[in-house]
Amino acid sequence: MTTAVEFGEATIALGLMALTLVIAFVLSIRGRGAQSLEQWSVASRGFGSVLIFMLLAGEIYTTFTFLGGSGWAYARGAPAYYIIGYASVAYAASYWLLPAIWRRGVSWQVITQPDYFARAYDSPWLGRVVAIVGTCALIPYLVLQLKGLGILVSESSYGLIHADLAILLGTAALIVYVVLAGVRGSAYTAAFKDILVLCTVVGLGIALPYTLHGGIGPMFDTLIAKQPEFFVFPERGLSGTWYTSTILMTVFGFYMWPHTFGSVFAARSDAAFRRNAILMPLYQIILLFVFFIGFAAITAVPGLKGPDADLALLRVTRLSYGPWVMGLVGAAGLLTALVPGSLILMSTATILSRLITSSTGTDARGEVRIAQLMVPFVAALALFFVYRGGQTIVTLLLFAYAIVTQLFPAVLLTLLWPHRTNAMGAAAGMIAGLGVVAYTTMADVTLATILPSVTSHITDINIGVLALLVNIAVLALFTLATSGSRPAP
Amino acid sequence: MHRWLVLVPMVAILGAPWFANRIEPRIFGMPFLLAWISGWVLCTSLVLWFVDSRETSADE
Repeated sequence: MTTAVEFGEATIALGLMALTLVIAFVLSIRGRGAQSLEQWSVASRGFGSVLIFMLLAGEIYTTFTFLGGSGWAYARGAPAYYIIGYASVAYAASYWLLPAIWRRGVSWQVITQPDYFARAYDSPWLGRVVAIVGTCALIPYLVLQLKGLGILVSESSYGLIHADLAILLGTAALIVYVVLAGVRGSAYTAAFKDILVLCTVVGLGIALPYTLHGGIGPMFDTLIAKQPEFFVFPERGLSGTWYTSTILMTVFGFYMWPHTFGSVFAARSDAAFRRNAILMPLYQIILLFVFFIGFAAITAVPGLKGPDADLALLRVTRLSYGPWVMGLVGAAGLLTALVPGSLILMSTATILSRLITSSTGTDARGEVRIAQLMVPFVAALALFFVYRGGQTIVTLLLFAYAIVTQLFPAVLLTLLWPHRTNAMGAAAGMIAGLGVVAYTTMADVTLATILPSVTSHITDINIGVLALLVNIAVLALFTLATSGSRPAP
Repeated sequence: MHRWLVLVPMVAILGAPWFANRIEPRIFGMPFLLAWISGWVLCTSLVLWFVDSRETSADE
């Protein structure tokens, strides 16, 4: 039974979120007139370094950071620390990796990931295989944004809007945002989002421990006294082995996302990568405050199990502060789903559009039209998986990473031994790796269940890394089995 | 040569379960493991800045 007070509070919170949505629309529509992802990437060269920095961070702060990070800190403790570590290791690795990819891509004049593979392996069909793998990885990434949108709308309505309806409303807002705004003005919307996220996360990350425990130190005192093992890696399960292997898997996949890989070719020089690599780890420190929120919620809103752990940030905010703060947090969260969600949705629709038009010879304008028509279909497919449910936001992203990381060995081969590239080997490796991911996910098995007598130092390895090893073995077999080398492309 | 320094924070973050899997000593109230990982995240920026400035001056 909803009381008049709850109705009033929900109206304030949802009103603030609606106002934010309108501002995001206005910023996007007033932005520059790019009509495709490539145009947008190239147009972004005209932005200053501050806006580029904001734009890159805008892609990084998603509902995964906002809800998933706090949810895992709340439910898992130390294993959540991988979230703060993996991006920094990826940025450090990018110091070597991105300039090498950029130099090859620019010399071949390619602008998309499938183009890069098709050129490097001298095989148009491999480009299409890569496009399909990229789409398979982007769908769970989109699913977690929609799941986050549903949680935000439902929780901010103080339960007035049921979660299933909230997901539908959130998805409708995302489709309208993509169709109306495309990727125009994304940098300004991303900057608006980041300022809002920075203020709310840092504000809550400091305020909640003080409100509920009297400070950050006293909060840890209380939690450590109750459950000291929560803040170190366990011996089995999500152990140190799991942490290190999960970081490695996400680092290998970090730049393999189709939209991220493609944006590498839009840089004017490789100096841009070095500058971003220096600045971006600083952005990860905000995750400390996300963790503080999750930890503060442990005693304030106990008992959130399984996927409900993703509600921790919103529940503790609702409990501790009024509807105005709840609305502000909901608005920031809404943007963390909308901005990256629109990019992922556009990216997936564009890849599918290219797959369809590559054989029909449609012009660029027709390609964009088909991509826009694909948007609702892609969103509907993602919705289907959202309603199947049962996964936390972090689990969904790890699954997406396990898929997209399968592209990494084939990319590495183009950089280290370009004269030994073999399209059949690359495709066989990817398919073998994806087969491992699909089997372990659908059969719900882990290394520990397959090899019960083997030490946990081995069986706790992230299944994505196991898939990667199978992928590399198959790729190596094919590459070594093919006689001799060919001229480097 | 300086470029290999980038490996230091990478190894420190990846090796956290072996180097720092404990609660004490607490740093700014945080458990040591969390402080270790976040400290090395900040150091990644510093090391990359140092390496980049060395490489840039060598190029010039």
